[in-house]
Amino acid sequence: MDWLFQQTINGLGLGAIYALIALGYTMVYGVLRFINFAHSDVLMLGAFSAYYIAPKIEKSCGNQSVLGCIMVFVVVAAICACIGMTIERLAYRPLRNRPKLTVLITAIGVSLLIEYTAQNERVIGATQLPFPQLLPEKALQFGKIVISSNDVLTICVTIVLLIVMWFIVQKTRIGTAMRAVSFNQQAALLMGVPVNRIISFTFGLGSALAAIAGILYAMKSPSIEPLMGVQPGLKAFIAAVLGGIGNLPGAVLGGVLLGMLDAFAGGIPGLSSYRDAIAFGILILILLFKPAGLLGRSTIEKV
Amino acid sequence: MKFRSLTLPTIAALATALIGCKPGGGDTIKVGEFASITGKEATFGISSHEGTVLAIEGLNAKGGVLGKKLELLTEDDQTKAGEPANAVNKLISKDGVIAILGEVASSRSLEAAPICQQEKIPMISPSSTNPTVTQVGDYIFRVCFTDTFQGAALANFATGTLKANRIAILTDVKSDYSKGLAKNFKQKLSSNGGKVAVELDYNGGEKDFKNQLTTIKADSPDAIFLPGYYNDVALICIQVKQLGMNIPIFGGDGWESDSLITVGKEAVEGTYFSTHCSPEEGTPEMVAFVASYKKRFNGKTPDAMAVLGYDSAMVLADSIKRAGTTESVALRAAIASTKDFAGAGGKFSINANRGADKPLVFIQIKGGKFTYKATVNP
Amino acid sequence: MPLPGAKRWLILGIALAVLASYFSAQFNRYYLGVAIDVGIAIILATSLNLINGHTGQFSLGHAGFMAVGGYFSAWVSLHIGETVNAFWYFPLALMAGGLLAAFVGLLVGVPSLRLRGDYLAIVTLGFGEIIRVFAQNTEAIGAASGLKGIPKLTNLGWTFGFAAVTIYAISALVNSTYGRAFIAVHDDEIAAESNGIDATRTKVIAFVTGAFFSGIAGGLYAHHKQFLSPTGFDWVKSIDIVVMVILGGMGRTVGVVVAAILLTLMPEFLREFSEYRMIVYSLLIILLMLWRPAGLFSLIPQRRKAR
Repeated sequence: MDWLFQQTINGLGLGAIYALIALGYTMVYGVLRFINFAHSDVLMLGAFSAYYIAPKIEKSCGNQSVLGCIMVFVVVAAICACIGMTIERLAYRPLRNRPKLTVLITAIGVSLLIEYTAQNERVIGATQLPFPQLLPEKALQFGKIVISSNDVLTICVTIVLLIVMWFIVQKTRIGTAMRAVSFNQQAALLMGVPVNRIISFTFGLGSALAAIAGILYAMKSPSIEPLMGVQPGLKAFIAAVLGGIGNLPGAVLGGVLLGMLDAFAGGIPGLSSYRDAIAFGILILILLFKPAGLLGRSTIEKV
Repeated sequence: MKFRSLTLPTIAALATALIGCKPGGGDTIKVGEFASITGKEATFGISSHEGTVLAIEGLNAKGGVLGKKLELLTEDDQTKAGEPANAVNKLISKDGVIAILGEVASSRSLEAAPICQQEKIPMISPSSTNPTVTQVGDYIFRVCFTDTFQGAALANFATGTLKANRIAILTDVKSDYSKGLAKNFKQKLSSNGGKVAVELDYNGGEKDFKNQLTTIKADSPDAIFLPGYYNDVALICIQVKQLGMNIPIFGGDGWESDSLITVGKEAVEGTYFSTHCSPEEGTPEMVAFVASYKKRFNGKTPDAMAVLGYDSAMVLADSIKRAGTTESVALRAAIASTKDFAGAGGKFSINANRGADKPLVFIQIKGGKFTYKATVNP
Repeated sequence: MPLPGAKRWLILGIALAVLASYFSAQFNRYYLGVAIDVGIAIILATSLNLINGHTGQFSLGHAGFMAVGGYFSAWVSLHIGETVNAFWYFPLALMAGGLLAAFVGLLVGVPSLRLRGDYLAIVTLGFGEIIRVFAQNTEAIGAASGLKGIPKLTNLGWTFGFAAVTIYAISALVNSTYGRAFIAVHDDEIAAESNGIDATRTKVIAFVTGAFFSGIAGGLYAHHKQFLSPTGFDWVKSIDIVVMVILGGMGRTVGVVVAAILLTLMPEFLREFSEYRMIVYSLLIILLMLWRPAGLFSLIPQRRKAR
């Protein structure tokens, strides 16, 4: 019984990270209809920015202070938003009217470029670096069950950000514009929606989410290296599709589900080496019965 | 029109194949090295590479070998399957190297080994511990011990020193090294009367191990054996402590790196691992190596990979001197007859299995430092 | 004997390949190895082009089929084959690998090809990864430490012979009356269905054919590198093949073949740059996509009049 509870908590903690990354994937997919492969690398850049910036901020705000931590999050999110918008401007915008697959390859190229540049000795280097503790870490004990304060933080941040994103998309002016671009780019343009600016904004938002996920991920497992984004990035990509890509609550649901799957399959001897296969197997089964993902609406194509 | 394309591949093949020509001998001795300079296991590749570079530079500063300077040609295999074959082919056929040094990981050494064997170019692997590597043929050597020896030593350590009988094992399913070491460990453990409590897997590079550790905790074993690499191990140790477990943790030579301590901090305190050598042993070769390494690479402390990378190049240079030629048959024989070679990682000889008979040392992490604990002789 | 144009090229291609392999002993081993890599890449890219390019189904699991073919044919030649009669049993081992890959393709294709776009992509990626995980856990094929000691049987003749056959077979399939269905499905699935084309069946056929040739490529790869490890067949490898297809221009055989050659040779040429090699490689991919977004050999001129 303890095992079951503990695994559920482990799964939630991991799933919240996946969910946060998946939110970013889904936001970009929503307006541009393509999978931003470089997303997981923006996550890595977020973690590294925090690594370099945190000591400077802590100098003025005090060690492991709440204020300092919030400052780090805000500054890094802003940096990564700029990085995301720059990538969009330079690599994706020139291909706006091209088939989505062309953009996909460019995205893969951008992803490889960031990874290999970061691995170069003169830039960051491939060696792992210890991530500083931004907040004092506590373990909350409930009988035999241990909950890490970082996991609680991750889960809270994910829930808050889901609500914020949902609010932005559904209730604000810019959100209306985002939905218009997503629905029909040409028509939105004709209605006077500044399509380029909206897409840029979405990229910024998505990249900020990736940055936050990156910091939380690094806080949870305090070692960072240039390829740290690849594995959670792939999982989050699956989560986004599983939940119905383009759907915000779907991304979170997919992320949590995948985190749970990881936790339970990973915790059973004999099954743990097949964990990825099980995660993919279940994903495939779900997609076969719900071809548009769990919460995605299946679109009926008109002839 | 489309069928024009049929001629394209053939022309391309002919063109590329015909450009090739055998390079002639120059006034340097060309030594090839392939290593994982980028990619997932870059940290090991870079360490090993730096050790090799240091050795070659040191030799050249003393006037080289046989009156010629050594020229090190390094190819990056990006930690990717399929790449080592191309890299080694290029080094041998295009650059005309006289010997190959590499690789850290056994799976990539195994890819290059058949090529070296067929081309009769001696290959010295610095730290591929999988026994099968040198079984490829008589041109393949290593300057480290094998997993059979290390696994047995670790099992003896567990049942003897730690007095632990029920051991939980957490292996890296993607790594042949981890799997191989675990296998050898289990064999010896059961003959020692110990038992595997529970065995779980993870994918190298993952950051969350709480799922596996929760199951291990529920099983309450006497100790945890982690036959993985330090980047994963540091995080596993942290999470073991987070889950409130307080049992001995130990592992193999994949642990040795400064970042185990910089990342793991107090969580790795008190853990044990076996490795090739300890700077504390204080042989003159070791002291000299550590000093020159720190000087060359901005104060970086060398790890076992660097020591073995260094030794692989030094054994080669020594063999060239003894053979008096770089001709492959003579060179191979010289490497095979290496005896009591005083390497940075201790004195060793090349045995009949073309591996090194070397003692193994146990290290405990105490006060944020690797402290020497015991030596196990083969 | 009058031969139609296509067949003439096929025979010429095979003849040249056989001729080349006759002299291959004199070639530099490095160039020979790279040339064989190129041939294998051509087979992989052309076969994926049938699925991704001609039929328009975005598959990310090609490396999985390659793994199935590679492991199975290697297993066959290690357990059944005799090196004495290599000339005869090697094609049989390759065929065995190809057929098993095709069978797995059928198993994967039938359920998953109902999905579209990114969903299909993720399912195929998932299948590819599942195959890799199983390879990693199966002791009979070496598990994590890989399968070693595979006899060196792949040579220029076999590789480019099969490359020629692949290009011929896929082009002939697409250009046949029957194969027009692929393009119809690619252009508009619903319109194709209303014209009496069984879209699912067509897609499955494309998938199975593609998987077959990719299995052959896997077999050639196994007997070329003489060593297989599961990590070599992860999704990154699939992405490499997809890049070839898209860079070559989806559905353009010539373009895809040239892209396969180029992308295999590029990292080799870039070896001079050592540590900057992969940075330059990824930059080149981005720049090529920006300059020639419809593939290397897009017939439509780049310059477009302002709309």
